[in-house]
Amino acid sequence: MTNLDMWEVFIQTKPGLSHKHAGSVQASNAEMALQNARDVYTRRSEGTSIWVVPSKYIISSEGRDQAAFFDPADDKLYRHPTFYQLPEGVKNM
Amino acid sequence: MKNYLLKLADDSFFMGHRLSEWCGKGPYLEEDIATVNIALDQLGQANNFYNYAVKLLDNGKSADDLAFLRYEHEYVNAHLVELPNEDYAHTILKMYAFSVYQKLLYTALSNSADEELAVIAQKSLKEVRYHNIHASSWMRIFAGGTEESKSRLAAAIENYWEYTKGLFAKVEGEEDLIAVDAVPNPDELYEEFIKITEKDFQDFGLIYPKDQWMQKNSRTGYHTEYFGYILCETQYLQRAYPGCTW
Repeated sequence: MTNLDMWEVFIQTKPGLSHKHAGSVQASNAEMALQNARDVYTRRSEGTSIWVVPSKYIISSEGRDQAAFFDPADDKLYRHPTFYQLPEGVKNM
Repeated sequence: MKNYLLKLADDSFFMGHRLSEWCGKGPYLEEDIATVNIALDQLGQANNFYNYAVKLLDNGKSADDLAFLRYEHEYVNAHLVELPNEDYAHTILKMYAFSVYQKLLYTALSNSADEELAVIAQKSLKEVRYHNIHASSWMRIFAGGTEESKSRLAAAIENYWEYTKGLFAKVEGEEDLIAVDAVPNPDELYEEFIKITEKDFQDFGLIYPKDQWMQKNSRTGYHTEYFGYILCETQYLQRAYPGCTW
């Protein structure tokens, strides 16, 4: 099938969590992409919500100047939120 | 009730079997998985109904015995589920008609006076609601697609629609169950079926086969000429190796 579009699939495992990239499907339109994603990526109860996005709308940082994009952040410890104490009872931060 | 459960089980069993013939041969990967998932859903439903029948029969027979070792005239499935897959249009048409039927059937059975049957129906209803969504999407795509998809779907409707009424045939003892509200009256379900499919066809952009002549004798133990070949496949292993286990 040469004329099917590629779609990226994002699955939310539990309500409140973010949708994580699970893979891709080929489909001719949004409705079939959603159904195909349901059939391929949620067979084993992997999720409660599905997002599909045409692959062409995902803009990636691949192929760009990786070093310029990411290395400068490595030696800036002061940007990390590690210099205070978490109050007791705070479970998720 | 035993016959009635066999009716439900046999329908799902052979529908699941026919759909499983697409395994590895689907038009593309995702759709292959979708159809096979639907086949598995059907086999799961068959399993539930056979197991309930086994409880009622209480004669040492197992679900496997019921599924694999009966003779042709003992199976009470409708003719529609025996029909060959042909091409994807024929397969989708079967899936569509069957899903409309099952949706009506399980919705009604969810309120059955028989609790165990109601529980199976409630679970199965969610599965068939998806089958209906999926099949309807393909009906719409084929009907509004290319010349080839339209002509293949038209051929499927011409060849197979006359078997749809057979889904609503009754089995022995069903009248008594209807009288005590254990099961719905298939004649009423059929009226709903006609209304729903007529509206769907309009929605898809298809001409509804109104007042179509319908095949008879579904569920009488008389089957289409395809049935023998199906039994050869489903029964070979169990008959060649009696009592076999994994």
